[in-house]
Amino acid sequence: MLMPKPNQDVLAKRDYLVGELRKILRGPEAVIDDAADLRAFECDGLSAYRQLPMIAVLPSTVAEISEVLKFCAAEQVNVVPRGAGTSLSGGALPLADGVLLGLGKFNKILEIDYDNRCIVAQPGVTNLAITDAVRADGFYYAPDPSSQIACTIGGNVAENSGGVHCLKYGLTTHNLLGVEMVTMEGEIIRLGGKHLDAEGYDLLGVITGSEGLLGVITEVTVRILRSAEHISAQLIGFPSSEQAGECVGQIIAAGIIPAGMEMMDRYAIHAAEEFCHAGYPLDVAALLIVELDGPSVEIEYYSAEIEKIATRCGATVNRRSQNDEERHAFWAGRKAAFPAVGRISPDYMCMDGTIPRGQLPLVLARMTKLSKQYGLRVANVFHAGDGNLHPLILFDANKPGELEACEAFGADILRLCVEVGGVLTGEHGVGIEKRDLMGEMFSEDDLKQQQRLKCAFDPEGRLNPGKVFPILHRCAELGKMHVHNGELPFPNLPRF
Amino acid sequence: MDIARISSDDQIQEILDWALAGGHSLSLQGNGSKAGIGRPVTADATLDLSGLTGVELYEHAELVMKAKAGTPISDIKALLDDGGQRLAFDPPDYGPLLGGEAGLGTLGGIFSCNLSGPSRIKAGSARDHLLGVSGFTGRGQTFQTGSRVMKNVTGYDLCKLVAGSYGTLVIATSLTFKVLPRPEKIRTLLLYGTTLEAAVPILRDGLSSMHDVAAATWLPSRIAAKSAIEYVSTPGASVLALKIEGPGPSVEFRCDAIRQMLAAYGKVEELHSHNSAEFWQFVGNVTAFSGVTTPVWKLSVPPANAVQILSRLEAETGEADFYLDWAGGLIWLQMAEDHTDGGAAQIRAALDGAGHATLIRGSVELRGNIEPFHPQPPAIRKLTERIKDAFDPENILNPGRMYPFSTSEGKT
Repeated sequence: MLMPKPNQDVLAKRDYLVGELRKILRGPEAVIDDAADLRAFECDGLSAYRQLPMIAVLPSTVAEISEVLKFCAAEQVNVVPRGAGTSLSGGALPLADGVLLGLGKFNKILEIDYDNRCIVAQPGVTNLAITDAVRADGFYYAPDPSSQIACTIGGNVAENSGGVHCLKYGLTTHNLLGVEMVTMEGEIIRLGGKHLDAEGYDLLGVITGSEGLLGVITEVTVRILRSAEHISAQLIGFPSSEQAGECVGQIIAAGIIPAGMEMMDRYAIHAAEEFCHAGYPLDVAALLIVELDGPSVEIEYYSAEIEKIATRCGATVNRRSQNDEERHAFWAGRKAAFPAVGRISPDYMCMDGTIPRGQLPLVLARMTKLSKQYGLRVANVFHAGDGNLHPLILFDANKPGELEACEAFGADILRLCVEVGGVLTGEHGVGIEKRDLMGEMFSEDDLKQQQRLKCAFDPEGRLNPGKVFPILHRCAELGKMHVHNGELPFPNLPRF
Repeated sequence: MDIARISSDDQIQEILDWALAGGHSLSLQGNGSKAGIGRPVTADATLDLSGLTGVELYEHAELVMKAKAGTPISDIKALLDDGGQRLAFDPPDYGPLLGGEAGLGTLGGIFSCNLSGPSRIKAGSARDHLLGVSGFTGRGQTFQTGSRVMKNVTGYDLCKLVAGSYGTLVIATSLTFKVLPRPEKIRTLLLYGTTLEAAVPILRDGLSSMHDVAAATWLPSRIAAKSAIEYVSTPGASVLALKIEGPGPSVEFRCDAIRQMLAAYGKVEELHSHNSAEFWQFVGNVTAFSGVTTPVWKLSVPPANAVQILSRLEAETGEADFYLDWAGGLIWLQMAEDHTDGGAAQIRAALDGAGHATLIRGSVELRGNIEPFHPQPPAIRKLTERIKDAFDPENILNPGRMYPFSTSEGKT
């Protein structure tokens, strides 16, 4: 993975930059320049790539962030924002000539507003802490990425995080009401608030999922929902993945949108069962976990429907959780799927494509072929309801060539996702991991158009460069117009 | 002004080449049902996209549809209805409100204006359902963003910019969007005679209950009297309404629970499916304000501020008419004639910095004289101008429809 070449002029003035940053950030240990201390920031959740930042700063006020960004802009220094560093796509990978801007000190919930059904929080608050703050009153925050214990709400906005419940309750973008952010030019702006819908261009919408390339989020307002009266999970096993896929399609076609609908293949089932003894059946090729929420009368109603559909599709196992404990056990295996797979292999890489659900049998069959071709095993967990696939490729980084083979295998899987009408990433982001595959999904013109949006927010390209886009264009070059043909008064069109 | 009726994407390319080469501007429209929203556009030619029709993809079990921009919403709804599905964001029809006919709205129009109805509060807005867009930028280049899958974070989410940009950034020719199952049963619970002050907390409690309320409105008696449904119009009282939908047994259970909750505040009545549908159309289409031409404003506000905003406007005692949707988060306001600015200054001051007010109906003169879209702080205006410049540097697409651009980066 090639990153932009470090700017020697910037590296040469490192001591000066540290000195000036210490004048802006007066708190103790707010500016870190010692190599041993910088080690803590050298990678995010995509640990195959590591890079020490030139300097790390940990501001504690929005004014400090603004000053740091203004200073870095003036000194032509790149900046990489970072929350908890749980990105699985390398979104927070530092730059050798960049300042890493850590938001860890922004960890307070600022307001719980039941009248407007929302929470205002600083960006470093963890996803789970939002729900924890309102749980006792019967509320929760819907998007729940698997890393919710650690990942921050600011990072969730940057990545437009999902989770197992987004089929029914949406992604971060659907639950976000407002942000305060600082642009690379140091301007503090507010988008949205406690009301609905943007006025003017939906800047809040494009900031969400922009992977730290457009601004630094300094405050977040999200919608909270009332917890459902009851929640129940159903475990349905099938002799083949095709039957499980068919069952998912039929459930939705019947007009049922479950709170969550997850699928695991044989390999993932066995790994998870061995790891946490969830009670999964081991004689099935595919397992569905279907979660329903609402009043018990509704759960009973849908559950009976789902049972009929499952039987019709050839299910050999169908168990319903009898209590919360059992429901948590059903989920425990799924939620532990990644570490479980991690236990049976020295290393694994988690992919994240989305496909039109109907293409699942084809994609699984092609993946099996690729697995043989590369000589690497693959386990599959799948947000089946919305077609978001997480193949886990098992490899051993200590064996020469296996990391490269794993990367090539992963790239082939993502190309396959695009080929069948899907996308490169459903919830983990492009970062550096899928950066060089962007051309598989977008034309050169479309990638340039996306970068023109970047130019609007960050004309000098200082925020998180080297991520998302395979080729960096200068904004001046992108701004040029090219006009083909000449003056044609549309002669072939009917007029009125 | 030339009107070019488009029937293929190639023709758009041809017109864009012509416009860019000669410095001509284009006004974009479908059937023109929402042409009265925003600043009046003066352009050298009109691009009529109403002939660009047809559903290109409908995969029922994948909850996705793709159709050309000029396809009438009524066609889309009928097709979805046959499949037991719907557009969950309740696309409103402002045709009659704006002095036109009903049923003319197109797919491109509803997404370009990001208009959503009463269910927006639970189901999300039009923009939340938009998955992919293809078309052309004002640079004369083809444009594609998003996809046909529900979960996609590949690159910037430019669908969000297209939604609500009123045709000032791109010419959308084809849109892919999420569709959802139509609930088996819909009921509406009505509570009569609450005051505005009492209504807002009840709406909040409804929405914050476990009973999955799908829409929540409050109509003063003056507005309720205009409904064609007798249960709403004849009691001569204000009407607070909560919508409950889902499978039969669940709806019955939740209606009972909500009914008990509401009974503490007054007389409760229940509308069944047909009347419910008609009632929520009346609310969403702002039917109560149709038939006249006085200014109509749409205020999106923090729900808990609604009472204070209306009291600042002296709406209850003055000449203005109003009602609440989105549990108080949306105020529909019809002003009396005697404001030179349609009430803009007074309304925007009443918001006190939280939320925004959009003029939805106003004369051409009024729309040219005031800012129909909420004024922006300088930093946001700068970003807006740069974004416009990124997509349409020559300002040829619906020039001035949202804001007049006058800096070096935008063009007047």
